[in-house]
Amino acid sequence: MADPHQMFSGLGDVTVAEEAPQDEQGGGFFRRLVDGLSKSSKALSGQIQSIAFDPEDEAAWEQLEEALLLADCGVPATVEIIGRLERRVAAGGLTPGADLAPALAEEIADLLAGAEARIDVSHQPTVILMVGVNGTGKTTTVGKLAEHLRRVDKSVVVAAADTFRAAADEQLQAWADRAEADFVGSAHGGDPAAVAYDGIEAAVARGRDVVLVDTAGRLQNQVGLMDELAKIRRVINGRMEGAPHETLLVIDATTGQNGLQQARVFSEATPLTGIVLTKLDGTAKGGIALAIAFELGVPIKLIGVGESLDDLRPFDAGSFARALLGLGTA
Amino acid sequence: MLDSLSDRLGSALGDLRSSGRLSEDDINAAMREIRLALLEADVNFDVVKSFVATVKERALGAEVSESLTPGQEVVKIVHDELTKLMGEGNTKLELNGSPAVILVCGLQGSGKTTTCGKLAKLIEKQGKRPALIACDVYRPAAIAQLVTVGAQAGVPVYEHGTEMNPVEIARRGIQQAKEEGRDVVIVDTAGRLTVDKDLMDELVRIRNEVKPTDTLLVLDAMTGQDAVNTAQNFQAAIDFSGLILTKLDGDARGGAALSVRAITGVPIKVITTGEKLDQIEEFHPDRLASRILGMGDVLSLIERAEQFVDKDKAEELERKMRKNEFGLDDMLDQLRSIRKMGSLTSVLGMLPGVGKQLKNAKVDEGQLDRVEAIILSMTPAERSNPKLINGSRRVRIAAGSGVSVTEVNALLKQYEQMKKMMKTFAGGKGKMPKLPKGMELPPELQG
Repeated sequence: MADPHQMFSGLGDVTVAEEAPQDEQGGGFFRRLVDGLSKSSKALSGQIQSIAFDPEDEAAWEQLEEALLLADCGVPATVEIIGRLERRVAAGGLTPGADLAPALAEEIADLLAGAEARIDVSHQPTVILMVGVNGTGKTTTVGKLAEHLRRVDKSVVVAAADTFRAAADEQLQAWADRAEADFVGSAHGGDPAAVAYDGIEAAVARGRDVVLVDTAGRLQNQVGLMDELAKIRRVINGRMEGAPHETLLVIDATTGQNGLQQARVFSEATPLTGIVLTKLDGTAKGGIALAIAFELGVPIKLIGVGESLDDLRPFDAGSFARALLGLGTA
Repeated sequence: MLDSLSDRLGSALGDLRSSGRLSEDDINAAMREIRLALLEADVNFDVVKSFVATVKERALGAEVSESLTPGQEVVKIVHDELTKLMGEGNTKLELNGSPAVILVCGLQGSGKTTTCGKLAKLIEKQGKRPALIACDVYRPAAIAQLVTVGAQAGVPVYEHGTEMNPVEIARRGIQQAKEEGRDVVIVDTAGRLTVDKDLMDELVRIRNEVKPTDTLLVLDAMTGQDAVNTAQNFQAAIDFSGLILTKLDGDARGGAALSVRAITGVPIKVITTGEKLDQIEEFHPDRLASRILGMGDVLSLIERAEQFVDKDKAEELERKMRKNEFGLDDMLDQLRSIRKMGSLTSVLGMLPGVGKQLKNAKVDEGQLDRVEAIILSMTPAERSNPKLINGSRRVRIAAGSGVSVTEVNALLKQYEQMKKMMKTFAGGKGKMPKLPKGMELPPELQG
């Protein structure tokens, strides 16, 4: 059972604030995840449940492959999952007429298992750098993360290092106000690395626990902008050894196979510690997460299943796989 | 990087030239590769299936042209069909009306607000007087963003804060546009998921209120398989009339655009290719077809070069070339600007027709470091006038840069050759020399 407050590790003995929302609110983590995903996984689960799965039946395998490809899992990850199921059949683990769904869920969970991880906030202050292409929800995620941190009694500085997009700092300021976090910004067109630096300065001076650095969206093939990102990272690291402690790549669940390239290239500019998979509440299935975890081994740490603050959730492989298939809680 | 379809078909079909006709086996092998390539480009699974069926039909019994391999012939068929499929229909923005109303909608983060600013600027350039209406009352600072973008484009933005109902904002905006003699209004709406019934209903109400002359769905080029669901749901709700494909300056193949085009039948009207307001272009189906197929990305290469080559320096270089004053300093500049574009291997990878041999060849980047070191070990006088570099200077330069004299000699020889070549260009009629054999442009690029 995933608890939303299991989003972070390194919290020490701090008790969770009373005002923290309880799981029951809004139907709890699973309900929300399934609600969010069942809309999206109807087609997938429909197809899979309709397979009276017979391992001897070629058409059944084809349907399964189709479902995975339609979920954006990509060809290599799809081939891997099918291969695992075939091995399961060979080992006698999947007999004709057996329900395929739980076996598939297990294999997907197993594939993602190594990719599960929480966000470590044990450093003082912990610096979290948020990166990604345009429009994936970086600023929104920073805002929500600030709120989650407040709820576990961590004081937060948000640094608006997106000095490029019109009104990005105002958007972040609005989130910071909601989350009662300190806000550090700069003039439009300012040096983003300087903003990140100032954010850490402010956190150190005021004794804050976490610095969230929001950066401008950048397409991974824009060499100049990727160099700028590498510089932001260097400046952060120069100001504080070991920082950034977390570098999270925000990926939109509607993203297709380009998500892999995003993960590859961003990790060259600044080593990634995790993925945030947003917009899972739409019709997109988020299978790209599977492809990234499988091909690059970058863990998925958070998922976004809605627009409200509580809709940013810790990633849980088992429930993700099950929810993807429209299955209830185990 | 993914292999281009040409390479894949090349290896799947080998150099079969048996009968000058594609056999059924050849075609089946080719179709498998096409299917994979399209899936990797994010073309929807169902669209891939029907598209491959069309291609197969055309390929069966197709004559293989004298100049092409069977693989190339299939690529040509695929490319033609893709271009045909994406190019049909009216791709012009509908700007007639009093005022004409362009309603812009899409998912969150697809690029609606920025695109609205670009559209405004594009439309103004066509001699119209556009205005923007800010109907995104949900995302924090969305209105502020549109106001900024509007100011950059020099176009008024009608906004009423976030407290008013978007339908009412739209109504008043159109009223104001009429009063102020604006002939095109562009309505920016909030991003919405198609499963969000309330927001989809709101969009329908906005549509009914403003009666758009053109309703545009903004689609992110990076979208995966879900593009089809999104587009179908938007079509069912508001029956959009055109697509805008955004973020084509990225390296996504953009197969989603093909899916949406094929499933909805709605034409792609414009594409956007950058963060600046003038980075909006008309849609070229043949370019997107090449991109989806991963056939050499000459345009990206040119764009990348533009990004890194200093214009003033380029003009200065041209002047020097004409006057035959090209020195080793300039050679160093050239080398550095090429290296800024990325590793040589990645630059080569973008060239069409650079075959497997070169792609797999390890380019020795260290060699380039040595060239830099050699030039940097020369005095400024030596760099601008390499004739000065006699035997003893060569020994000194070699020692200074840690290479052998032979390497210094080789570099100087290379420089002389370059200079000679430039003299030919500068003196000639501006015509490129004939490319050596084996380096011809692939058929898809030949005029």
